[in-house]
Order: sequence, then C-alpha cells, then structure tokens
Amino acid sequence: MTTAVSVDTQVLRDLLATMWRIRAFEERVGALKRADEVHGLIHLSIGGEGVAAAVCRQLRDDDAVYSGHRAHGHAVAKGAPLGRAMAELMGRGGGLCQGMGGSMHLVDVAHGFLGATGVVGGNIPLALGSALAARQQGSDAVAVVFFGDGAVQAGLFTESVNLATLWRLPVLLVCENNGFAEFTPRSAHTTVERVSDVVAPYPLPRQTVDGNEVADVWTAFSGLLARARRGEGPALLECLTHRLRGHYEGDPDRYREAVSAEDRQRKDPILRLQRAGHEAGWLTGSESFESDARAEVEEAVTWARSSPFPSSVPEELR
Amino acid sequence: MAREITYIAAIMEGIHQEMARDDDVLLIGQSVGGSPEDPFVAAFGPDRVRVTPISETAEIGMAAGAALAGKRPVVDCTMAEFLLVAMDQVVNEANRFHYMSGGRVTAPLVLKAGYGFTAGWAGQHTGSIYGMFMGVPGLKVALPSTPADAKGLMATAIRDDNPVLFLHHYLLTLEAGDVPEGEHLVPFGQAAVVRPGHDVTLVATGWTVHRALEAAEELAAEGVSVEVIDPRTIAPLDVDTILASVERTGRLALVDQATKHASVSAIIAAEVAEAGFASLRAPIVQVTALDAPIAYAKPMEDFVLPDVGKIVAGVRRVVDATVSGHNTAAAR
Repeated sequence: MTTAVSVDTQVLRDLLATMWRIRAFEERVGALKRADEVHGLIHLSIGGEGVAAAVCRQLRDDDAVYSGHRAHGHAVAKGAPLGRAMAELMGRGGGLCQGMGGSMHLVDVAHGFLGATGVVGGNIPLALGSALAARQQGSDAVAVVFFGDGAVQAGLFTESVNLATLWRLPVLLVCENNGFAEFTPRSAHTTVERVSDVVAPYPLPRQTVDGNEVADVWTAFSGLLARARRGEGPALLECLTHRLRGHYEGDPDRYREAVSAEDRQRKDPILRLQRAGHEAGWLTGSESFESDARAEVEEAVTWARSSPFPSSVPEELR
Repeated sequence: MAREITYIAAIMEGIHQEMARDDDVLLIGQSVGGSPEDPFVAAFGPDRVRVTPISETAEIGMAAGAALAGKRPVVDCTMAEFLLVAMDQVVNEANRFHYMSGGRVTAPLVLKAGYGFTAGWAGQHTGSIYGMFMGVPGLKVALPSTPADAKGLMATAIRDDNPVLFLHHYLLTLEAGDVPEGEHLVPFGQAAVVRPGHDVTLVATGWTVHRALEAAEELAAEGVSVEVIDPRTIAPLDVDTILASVERTGRLALVDQATKHASVSAIIAAEVAEAGFASLRAPIVQVTALDAPIAYAKPMEDFVLPDVGKIVAGVRRVVDATVSGHNTAAAR
C-alpha cells in the first residue's frame, strides 16, 4: 500500500533528491571512517532518510531542529551545506563547528539546525525552550526534536511532554522508532509497543506512521505542523523505521537478524519511493538523483580535504 | 597464578568471580546480558543479569534500593556522563542512607562506568568527571590504571558496604597486563608507588599514570629521578603515601586528565600545601586538561589534554624552581 499519490509529485521528487543526498553522504562518511579520515564515534542514518527528508523539507530556516547522536541526515535535510558538514566530520577548521563538535554535535544556526546532543533524551527539553522563545517573540516558528524510541524510557521524555502540553508549546516531537535502543530490542525495554500510546493521557495529537513511506510521513507531519504554527500546541509523530546499519560504525551487529534482500525492498525508503514513482509514472528511469547526489558528496569531500585542521582555538572560543 | 589479560577482561572477571562467590551480587545495565551465550547470563541466569531501558534515574535508583534491601548490585552505567542524568540517585540518596539512618542500613552498590574516551568522541563522552564525585559524603571512587588493579578494586568495591563509583578509563580498555587468576583484592585508600625515585614526586591517575611513567623514563635519561604514585582510589585518598614521598623528594608535580578546578590534582595540591608545606622546596606544579570540553578535531583534542611532553615540561619546572629564601642545596 502506498499513499504516494496524495502528495504532489514535485514534492516527491524533491524528497527523493534529499534522501539520495543523505544516503550518498552517509555512505561516504562510512567509507571515510573505515579509511580513518573521519575519526571518533559515528552513527549513520541509512534507512532513516525518509523521516529526515519529509520533516525537515517542510520547515523554514527560522524553525529550530534538534537531533541526537544519529544527526547527519537531519542536518543535511535541514539545509546544512554538505562541504561544511563533511569537513566537520573530518575534524577540519572549515567544518560547521570549526572542527570542535564532530559527528554527535553538529550545529548549523543559519539553517535552524540548533544542534545535536550525544546523550539520549537530552535534546528533548532543549527543543521546548526553542518553542517557548519563538512564541514569546510572537513568531509562528516551531521547534522539532528527533529522538529514538529508546529515549522514550528516559524520564526527560515524560517530563517534557507534560510541560509542552501544559504550556501548549509549538514543539513537534518526532520519534524515529527503529525498534532498537542501541543494542537491545524494544521488547526488552518496555511493555508499551507504540510510542504514541505512551503519551495517551496527554492532550496532544499523536500519530504513528510507516517511516519508510516518505509520503505518509510528509502528510502526517504537514497536518501537525500547521496546527503548531497556528498556536494549537505540541504533537507527537512516531515514525516506524529500520536502522539499516548497526548502532555505530564498527558495530558487529550480532544482536539482530540481517536484513534480507526482500526485506530491504520494503524497509528502504528510497527504493520504496522509486518503486512508487515508476508505478505512478512520475519517474521515468532517466533521472539522475543518485549520481547527482554522489557527485555533490564527492565535491563536499574534496572541499573538506582542502580545509586545514584547526591549529588554534577558534576566535569565538577565546 | 597470574597471566596476561586485558583491562576490560580483568574487570569482567572480577565481577564474574564475585557473582560466583555471592548470590546477592547482581549485574544490571543497558547493554548487559545481550544473549543466552553471554558468560554472565550463562553462569548466573537472567534473574541476576538484567538489561534495563535507557532510564538511568530508575535504573540506578532501583539498584540503590536493592542495595538497601540487602542485594549487592553492580550497575554497568556505560559512560560516566550517563551518571549525570541520574545525579540525585548517585550523590544524594543511597550514599547518605548509612549516615542518615544512624548506621542502621548500608548500600553496597557499585556503579561501573567508563570515562575519558579522548579518541574523537568529542564534547559529551570524553570527560574525566570524577572530581565532582570525590568529595561527596558516603561515596567511594576507584580509578584503576592497570588490569590487576581493575580486577582487585572491582572485587573490593563489590564487597564494600558503601556505594562505590568504579570508573575505568576507556583508553586502557584493551591494554593487557598480568592479573592474578583467583581471588584478588586491592584495598581502597592505598596508593601504589609505581616507580620509586628521589628528586620529585609525580602523582597521576588512570591513563595518565602510563603517561607519567613515560615522562619519568625520559627524565631519567636527563638524570632526574621521578617517583610516580598512583592513588588507585581517590575517595578514600591515600594522602599519607604522597606526603611521605614529598617529604623525601621535596617536590611535587601532579597530572590529571580533568580540568584543573575539577581535578584530583587540585585536591592533592591542597592536602600537601596544608600538611606537607614544610617539605616543599618548590611550588607544586599541576599538569591538567585545559579548562574546556574535549574538542573533536585531533589537533585540538591534543591541545586540550595533558601528554608526555607537557608532563616532562611540568616536572622540569618543579625541579628547576627554587623558593626564594630557601637553600635548596642545604635542604638536600
């Protein structure tokens, strides 16, 4: 089943292009990590591109986005320049954070990507603060926070939902439920299957969608976003996704079954949308989304490599 | 019989042996007992080896409550920073019950966490945050620097009737060393003199112990004899061993991976200034991390952290310095 027909084909083409930009970026980061050009702890969002694209492509630069440890896709979808993002992961002075932050702490203020935090759940209340500030400034800007289903078991989540609903803050809680909190399945963490059920007692709209079906995410988020902009308060969108890579790059990934080729067709949001596009006729097979994205990423890598490593404390930090 | 195993294997062996010895010892954590083949699940069953959600407050608080009720839980908290999520439970609950109850209850709890992963883990996973725990009443803090101490301090921590924060250094994880096979206990509050010397006392903890030893080797070639001391536990802190050393050397340099004002070295400097002032023939020198989070980019990560070069320079400073009005030659 697909609802792709209900979303404008121009939008779908844009989402496909965005997803390919993320996929190409992430695969290149993985290769650079193996080649030791990217160091430190790296979590890739391969498989989660649909959620990042469908949410972030509906936002403005003055809308705040907070992400967690798996943040590259959100930053790219929100508009972070690939060269500066890649340079940050390579620890270069020209990076988004001048090489000081790295993979888990990307920030791109110009595009409203206010930041990634590395401790599960720590970003949720921060987004509430952005939402409060926007409302106090009389703006209809919103704040969006991405988190995994693992974060829902942290006290911070429930505290934040309570406060956001109490103050009717324009914050959109986007849960990427991939069924795994780091290395353990959701069933070992909670008796509540759906995150949207966790917030049942609170007066906020809650929806669970197939996060691999990018058009569904777009449609659901679009309704919740319009509501938040009108000042009608927070909402929760739960997107069921699949982490196609391990928890981190280098994770032996022995705690779950490998994705079969057949499963991959169903769980990969890019393959799904391409299939739908061919069926509906808005894709002809002559498109170059993938090759364009890979070329853009190569340019980003070249640019990042030309950026020197920082050799002194950045001016702003002195 | 000792044989060579890694630091992390030594820690896990310490826990395993204590679990075999005492049925009340439990292992709890967000990434423990992942499969039936897991050596802990296989030996002790899923009732004593429990995986938890990412719910640090409830996880640590529940373990503390189980400790008050007579169990001896070991909580694998993964990263030291994750303790901060549950700070009330770590520093203001179970650790105070023994005292507040007039000694009627104890809380034999071990919180195991890794720290100091300065290998590109950047701003939120690399801290050396023991300083904020070492002065908390009722809480003990162990910082093993070798596989043998890691095993022995873990066993002692589990048998201790107080909450113990067992902080293992991530950069030492796969370092191997001789570790006794059977029961091995390392007492708390007993520093190790890991290299004897007579010109200057150099105190270091965790990963910096090894950097201090390298620095001592380099300085020996220049004719400077450095005594390297590893406190092993910082709460309780064996000030006496350090004071006795300073009494002989008259000079003290301190290495710490933490920022200076949240370091063990600042506390040791204060203790020696207070109780060993008469022994000092030069100002104390501290070689610590700079007052900043750990940067991601490798050159800036290096810039922020203490290293062998900075330690050597620090020791030279303390050796070359003379306090005005103090006759160094005569004091020798």
